[in-house]
Amino acid sequence: MADVTEPPRESFRLSQLLYDSRYRSLTIQVVAAMLIMALLVELVDNTVTNLAALGKDIGFGFLWTTAGYDINQQLIPFSSQDTHARAAVVGILNTLLVAFLGCILATVIGVLAGVLRLSKNWLIARIMTVYVEAMRNTPLLIWILIVFAVMTEATPQPREFREGGSASMILWDSVAISNRGVYIPRPVWAEGSGLVVAVFLLSIVGIFALRWYARRRQEATGQQLPVLWISLGLFFVPALLAYFVMGRPVSLEYPELGGFNFTGGVQIRNSFIALWLALSLYTSAFIAEIVRAGILAVSKGQTEASFALGLQPNRTMQLIILPQALRVIIPPLISQYLNLTKNSSLAIAVGYMDVRSTLGGITINQTGRELEGMLLLGIFYLITSLIISALMNLYNSSVKLKER
Amino acid sequence: MKKSVFLGTLAVAGLAAGLASAQSTLEQVQARGSLLCGSNEGLAGFAAPDANGVWQGFDVSLCRAIATAVLGDPQAVEFVPLTSQTRFTALAAGEVDVLVRNSTWTYSRDTDLNLDFVGVNYYDGQGFMVRSDLGVSSATELDGATVCIQTGTTTELNLADFFRVNNITYEPVPVATNAEGQQQYLAGACDVYTTDVSGLAATRATFENASEHVILPEIVSKEPLGPVVRHGDNDWGDIVRWTLNALVAAEEYGVTSANVRELAAAPTANPEINRLLGTEGELGAMMGLANDWAVNVIAAVGNYGEVFEQNIGENTPVGLARGLNAQWTDGGLLYSPPFR
Repeated sequence: MADVTEPPRESFRLSQLLYDSRYRSLTIQVVAAMLIMALLVELVDNTVTNLAALGKDIGFGFLWTTAGYDINQQLIPFSSQDTHARAAVVGILNTLLVAFLGCILATVIGVLAGVLRLSKNWLIARIMTVYVEAMRNTPLLIWILIVFAVMTEATPQPREFREGGSASMILWDSVAISNRGVYIPRPVWAEGSGLVVAVFLLSIVGIFALRWYARRRQEATGQQLPVLWISLGLFFVPALLAYFVMGRPVSLEYPELGGFNFTGGVQIRNSFIALWLALSLYTSAFIAEIVRAGILAVSKGQTEASFALGLQPNRTMQLIILPQALRVIIPPLISQYLNLTKNSSLAIAVGYMDVRSTLGGITINQTGRELEGMLLLGIFYLITSLIISALMNLYNSSVKLKER
Repeated sequence: MKKSVFLGTLAVAGLAAGLASAQSTLEQVQARGSLLCGSNEGLAGFAAPDANGVWQGFDVSLCRAIATAVLGDPQAVEFVPLTSQTRFTALAAGEVDVLVRNSTWTYSRDTDLNLDFVGVNYYDGQGFMVRSDLGVSSATELDGATVCIQTGTTTELNLADFFRVNNITYEPVPVATNAEGQQQYLAGACDVYTTDVSGLAATRATFENASEHVILPEIVSKEPLGPVVRHGDNDWGDIVRWTLNALVAAEEYGVTSANVRELAAAPTANPEINRLLGTEGELGAMMGLANDWAVNVIAAVGNYGEVFEQNIGENTPVGLARGLNAQWTDGGLLYSPPFR
């Protein structure tokens, strides 16, 4: 008869917290958490005490007082009589604008440079190596200042564009590159232009529908449609037709030299160009390496298998390599987008009025609310980064390996 | 773990700062043996290092005067260059003992920012500088102009007000420092450079062709520039205030760096001079300083008029007239309360 002996049930003793490996890690974590909490409390308490010693309180009422300063680049109307909060929003929009356009341009240049660095052409591959290494091994601030210096020092002043001046506008007198920015024509929307825009948007929807239909058809029957040509046709023809049928309601307002500056048209300021280009060039070098790594991560066998099936090289890239490479590319790409967005706060160096310059610069300075302003600024960048990260993660989950 | 180390470091740093501020500013300066003076990053005539790297200028002289009063040595000053954006934060945080950096005395700075303006060493006003070949003769003709402006200044707000009140438009180009503004203006990236008239004159003095630039006649604001200290340490504020007053009073009574030793050797017929120079009464002790502090100050830097003429007066490249900054006896605004 087997005698099963139960292991003796020990009662819990306090010393087990230290000597029993089952509980020790818990003890350490609790102690560490308490220490961190204590330090945090001390930090906050210290801040409040020191602020009180300086005679300062913490409050956000300053946001609703009159800003009193002007902002040159405004995506929403702003005057010096508006509030600091609105100034902050103007700055936020400027930050988002440069970050958004920067991410797009950086991706385009980065993908190109990454693919070209793998080129079999010795010269192209070496040039791209030099580009990537030069860009990512020098500080971003230097590139911002270099682009800005080129834009302000090497371009003519607006008055050089006068009669007898040494500069002239390019592209049939429609674009002026001056040391205050690039002036381009502005579209003027007359009556009936809404219809043209609507037709144009509809034709874009049509292009996506066409692609969807073509894919379904190919999956069902194996027949391919000339998607590119039909898309191009859809892109241009309906909108142009609507444009002429409605009696050409959209016209261009050209920049003209009047008084001190060009008037009319759209001014793209040098500060914006400098920041945008420098951010894009700098980040594109990192993206190029990410893209190169992604492509190299796809095994050679995939290409060979694809060739064996009779796919052409560009179809191989499009259907076999890139979908697999994207899985490797997207996660580090997210952090590059986040970097670019946060790096845009270097805008202050060239006087671009982003949120760091408005809320984190002039507002703080005119109101003396450093702590509150920097706190808000930190929260803004945190939220923006989290949103970008969330969006990119959504995209990532759509391209990652589907395991069924 | 890294996080807690970081937070711990922050907390300790904060604690250290808290302990340090328990000492009065005067004690800190004496213990350190030098005065930390917040100054401009380079404005000819007011505060700029010379060819030998020695800081010179109108504002610099006031710093040296304070150092002489407290430590007896005009060279015992460390100059901390501050931008218009960082200056008040640096002062409030205790990075400098006194700020003498063309800072305008305003209501909100004095009250809300918890600073104390202890006097005015230069009565100024905001002006505009343009190239003379633009043919502009008045600031009201500047509709549509591009204006370079230092951020974080009162001039930034005055500029917005001026253009709004006159119903004309402008395009602000924000710059961080006077040097950057100068470079942008010379490159033609802005039509107009605006700051205090004294600053414009000082900037123009460094131009290759100063005569190609004019300062427009409009003065669009009151800019009383003066030394600033932290609110709450009134004893230190008194020292800075009365050092400035001593310079002004010395000019009024005809005490110069040349004759101050002679006048201080024995009581003179003028009791005001005697009290200022410590040959009568115990005025220095009331501030915790030596009785002959004013003698040392004037011997080291000269009186207000000497400092003015030496750095920004009409015989210097900056070439400013005394104007509002003349003694009250000459129709100006300089008026020192009595030394009594």
